[in-house]
Amino acid sequence: MEQEVRSRKALEWDLGESPVRELNNYLHHGLAEDGVEEVRVLKPDGAHHIAVGLDAPVKVEVMGNAGYYVGGMNKRAEITVHGSAGWSVAENIMSGVVRIEGYVSECAGASGHGGLVVIEKDASSRCGISMKGNDIVVGGDVGHFSAFMAQKGHLVVCGDAGDGLGDSLYEAVIYVRGRIKSLGADAQEEPMTEEDHATLADLLGRAGFDHDPGEFKRVASARKLYHWNSEHDQEY
Amino acid sequence: MTDKANGEVTQGETRGETRDLTHALPENDAVTHGGQESHLYNRDVQAWVRKAANRGIYDIRGMGAKRKVPHFDDLVFLTASASRYPLEGYRERCDTRTVLGARNAKRPLELDTPITIAGMSFGSLSANVKEALGRGASAVGTSTTTGDGGMTDEERRSSKMLVYQCLPSRYGFNPDDLRRADAVEVVIGQGAKPGGGGMLLGQKISERVASMRTLPAGIDQRSASRHPDWTGPDDLTIKIEELREITDWEIPVYVKIGATRVENDVKLAVKAGADVVVVDGMQGGTAATQDVYIEHAGIPTLAAVVQANAALEELDVKGEVQLVVSGGIRTGADVAKAIALGADAVSIGQAVLLALGCNDHVWYKDGKTPVSAVKDYEELGTKPGMCHHMQTGRCPVGITTQDPELEKRVDPEWGAKRVRNYLQVLNMEVATLARACGKSDVHHLEREDLVALTIESAAMAKVPLAGTDWIPGVTGF
Ligand code: SF4
Repeated sequence: MEQEVRSRKALEWDLGESPVRELNNYLHHGLAEDGVEEVRVLKPDGAHHIAVGLDAPVKVEVMGNAGYYVGGMNKRAEITVHGSAGWSVAENIMSGVVRIEGYVSECAGASGHGGLVVIEKDASSRCGISMKGNDIVVGGDVGHFSAFMAQKGHLVVCGDAGDGLGDSLYEAVIYVRGRIKSLGADAQEEPMTEEDHATLADLLGRAGFDHDPGEFKRVASARKLYHWNSEHDQEY
Repeated sequence: MTDKANGEVTQGETRGETRDLTHALPENDAVTHGGQESHLYNRDVQAWVRKAANRGIYDIRGMGAKRKVPHFDDLVFLTASASRYPLEGYRERCDTRTVLGARNAKRPLELDTPITIAGMSFGSLSANVKEALGRGASAVGTSTTTGDGGMTDEERRSSKMLVYQCLPSRYGFNPDDLRRADAVEVVIGQGAKPGGGGMLLGQKISERVASMRTLPAGIDQRSASRHPDWTGPDDLTIKIEELREITDWEIPVYVKIGATRVENDVKLAVKAGADVVVVDGMQGGTAATQDVYIEHAGIPTLAAVVQANAALEELDVKGEVQLVVSGGIRTGADVAKAIALGADAVSIGQAVLLALGCNDHVWYKDGKTPVSAVKDYEELGTKPGMCHHMQTGRCPVGITTQDPELEKRVDPEWGAKRVRNYLQVLNMEVATLARACGKSDVHHLEREDLVALTIESAAMAKVPLAGTDWIPGVTGF
C-alpha cells in the first residue's frame, strides 16, 4: 500500500497508480488495521467493480465516473460516486447506501436485499429488477421494465417511468411522481395509503429530495400471477 | 403414462402428468375392432390432447428427458490386449484425483474423484437430503452444489467442498455465503430447460423456503430465465470479474450452460473468463419445469460433451479450463466415457436421488425398517419406477419435499452412507475401466479407446462404428 494517508482516518487512493483489485483488497482486509474510516478514490475513469463486496462502516467517495457494478453486494459501507455510473450499480446490495450523483445505465440496484440506492439523475432500463428488499430512489426518470419481478422493497421514481413498469411484480412497491408510459403484466395502480405517505416521506428524506409524497402514485402487484390458473391469460 | 392417461381428468387435479409421444401402443386392435390406430395420433397423443383441452394449462413435472436418445450406452471401450497392455485391476495405482479451477483462482478445488454432485436447490430438496448429499460427497472427497434457493447452514456444515450457484433468480444470494463457498457457478442454463427458468409450486414454498427466497409462502413461483444484472457474453466477462473481486480472486468461477449451441457457448464462457465450464445435456434433471422443455429442447449429453471438447481444443485451453459434464450420468461406465470424450469431471443429480431411494417402492424408517410407499405413489397418480412428481412436494420417499412428516423418510445418516457408497462404486468402476485401457490416471482415457454401436452415436461422438474405421461425417460417407 503506497498510498498517502492524509490523516489517521482518511485515505486517498489513486486508481491511476494502484488498480481496482488492490483497492478492493484493501477495502476488504486493510481498513480495520489502519483504522481508516473514509477513502477517496481518485481517477476512477469509468473503471468497473469499484468498491465491491465491502463489509465495513466505511465512507467511500469516488471522485468521477464509475463503470459496471460499483458498490456491488455492498454491506454497511456508504459509497458516493461524484459522477455517473455504468450497469448494475449496487447489484445485490445488502445494507448501507450507494449514491450516484449523476446518471446510471441499466439494472441499477438489481436483486438487492437491503440498503438504499440513490440515483440523483436518470436511470436506464430495468432499474430495480428482481429487487428483494432494498430501496431505490431515482431523482429523474427510469427506463423500461423497471422493477421487473421485484420481490420486496421500494422503487421511488421522481420523474417518469418507461414501458412495462413493474412487470410480474411480487411484493415490492413502486412510487412514481411523473408519467408512467405503461404498466407491465400484473402491475396495477393503487391508492396511496397513510403508510405509503410515511414510507415515501422517509425515503425521499434519506435520499435528499423534498418532493411532496402526495404527488406520487403507488404501483403494486395485482397478485393474479401468484397461482397457476388456466382461466387467466398467463404467458408462463 | 399413468392410468389417468385416458384424459378423464379434471381441473385442479394433481399437476405434472406427462405424455410419451415417442412410442405407439404395443397392440393394434385393427382386426378385432374394425379400426386402425394412427401412429401419429396414437392413444397417448389422443389422451394428451384431451388433457390439454380439459385443463387449459400445460404439464409441469420433474426429472429429465425420458425419450430415448443416443447416449453413452451406445459406446464401448476397446480395452487393452496385445497392442496395449492393461494395468493390474486391484494392485496398480490409477489416479482419480481431479483439480477444478486452477486457471485464475488461488484456491482451486482438489477432488479425490472426477464425480461431483450437481446443483439442486433447498426447497426442491429437503434439508435432510441436502445434509445427506453433503456428508456423502465429503466422505468420498468431492463437492456438492447449492441450487436455486440459496445456501443453507446444514449444507455448508456438511459439505467439505461446496459450489455456490449464482442463478438468474438470485434467491438468497448474498456476499457472506459467496465468501464461504469453495467455488461459484454462474448458471446460464440447465439441460432440462435451456432458455427457461425454474419453478417451484406453492405446495413446496414452506415458510423457511419462502423467507430464503423473499417470496410470499404458498405461491407458485417462477424463477427468471435471464440474469438480472448482465446480458450477453461481454457483460458476463465483467460479471465474472466482479465475483472474483468480491472473493479476492480466491475461488474458481464455473459457468454452467444447458446444451444447445454448445460450441459457441463454451467458447464464449471461456472467453468470459470461466475457470470451469459445466455443460448439462438434455437428459439433465430438474425439480419442476414444463414438460415441453424437458423433452424438446437441447441436445443429448453425448453430443454436447464432444462439441464442448472441440471448443476447448480449438481455443487451446484443454488442461487450463476444465469441462464438467452432466445430464444422465448414472454409472462408472458413463463417467469413463464422458472423460474419454473430453470431460475432466461429471456431475450427477438424478442418479444420487435414486441412490437415496427415489422411485423405490419403499423408504427406510430410521434408516432401517422398510416401509411401503406404493400408496403414496398412487396418490400422485403414479407408481414406483415411473415417478417424476417432485413438483408436487409430496415425494413418496421424502426426498423432494418440504413436508415435515415426509422429509423424515430420509434419515441423513442413512442417506449419507447411500450417497457415499454409490459415488464410491462409480469411482471404482471408472478406475477399473481406465486400468483395463492401460491408464494410470482416469483422465488419460481418450477418444481412441472408444467405438460406437450405432451410426448415430458414431456421428455424435466422432468415434468409429465398431468393427469399422467409419466415423460418419469425418471419414468417408
Ligand atoms: S420419488 Fe420423489 S424424488 Fe423421485 S421422482 Fe418421485 S417425487 Fe421425485
